[in-house]
Amino acid sequence: MAFIDYYKTLGVSKTATDKDIKNAYRKLARKYHPDLNPDNAEAHKKFQELNEANEVLSDPEKRTKYDKYGENWQHGEAYEQQARQQQGRQGGYGGAGGFGNFTDSESFGGGDFSDFFKSMFGGGGSRQTKYRGQDFNSELHLTLLDIAETHKRTLTINGKNIRITIPAGIENGQTIKIAGHGGAGVNNGPAGDLYIKFSIADDARFKRDGINLYATVKLDLYTAVLGGEITAETLTGKVKVKVKAETQNGTKVKLKGKGMPVYKKANEFGDLFLTYDIQIPANLTEKQKQLFEELSKS
Amino acid sequence: MKTAGLISTSDLCLFHNVEINFVEMLQEADLIKVTIVNKNTFIPNTELQKLEKFINLHQLGINVEGLEAISHLLDRFEKTQEDLRHLKNKLRLYEGE
Repeated sequence: MAFIDYYKTLGVSKTATDKDIKNAYRKLARKYHPDLNPDNAEAHKKFQELNEANEVLSDPEKRTKYDKYGENWQHGEAYEQQARQQQGRQGGYGGAGGFGNFTDSESFGGGDFSDFFKSMFGGGGSRQTKYRGQDFNSELHLTLLDIAETHKRTLTINGKNIRITIPAGIENGQTIKIAGHGGAGVNNGPAGDLYIKFSIADDARFKRDGINLYATVKLDLYTAVLGGEITAETLTGKVKVKVKAETQNGTKVKLKGKGMPVYKKANEFGDLFLTYDIQIPANLTEKQKQLFEELSKS
Repeated sequence: MKTAGLISTSDLCLFHNVEINFVEMLQEADLIKVTIVNKNTFIPNTELQKLEKFINLHQLGINVEGLEAISHLLDRFEKTQEDLRHLKNKLRLYEGE
């Protein structure tokens, strides 16, 4: 457990007045506040450190203890206990019995205190100040098929099972917030939120652009020239597609409604675009070669 | 009129230790919506998270004008992030070729 220099965290000297500390905290908190730094884990961490430093330095009792024991804070409780016992033996009063009775109401958010803080002051912050729990971030890896339909899934986050709804058509990189499923609040403060970022893996068959899907389909030369019917794969099954005669290589056809479901719009779908990749026959027989020669002369 | 889903502004201000005037100023700046029932002001549930965010920032010494500017910038930031996500996904489409 490393010693934390709270003065350094707030950028103030050890002789800083309460006003200096308040101003330094406010200035830095405005810079690193999570609401002003969305999706910035580094700023969130920094903000927690600021809260912790402010919690100690803005409270006279805590600051006195911190200043008194400094880097020897680990032995602080032992010294206190010894001092109390001596006072008891001398017939004096028993002291305040700890350092937990704090009233600071300026700091907020980020209930996740360092081990250093907990070891020195116990618990996670003052007894009276409510702190919102830590926000949790998680990433969920899915395939295109996974998001073809809205479904429920149970996730285990920090040992807790959470059942969430995965909406069909969610985009790669999109984040959803599950309110109240982050870390527990301190002193009856509200729980933090859980942020789940969706990572949708590339698909070997389809490329996705928003609600539309794109695929390349191999088409034999004869069907391309004469026309016919092929079976094409869609995300959720196979469909029959008519091919016009004299179809050119690279021709695109649109299969309406066979793309991705539209996010949060029931029964609305994008389209699937097929690009034909016409295959030139190989390993021709002598007869086939002759027929092609005849064709070329016609 | 029913007050279900509404939170009394005065109770909320008392809880967060802020002046009612602050909520009025937020409402005047169109940053939050309030509902008036029998001459009493209420905050709809749906506005609570936004209001508490403004209260937190206000307690750091940011005035309503500052909150207004921040709110606009955060909206733009969110929109830009969404655009960035779309573009990244589009780039992935071509990079994979």
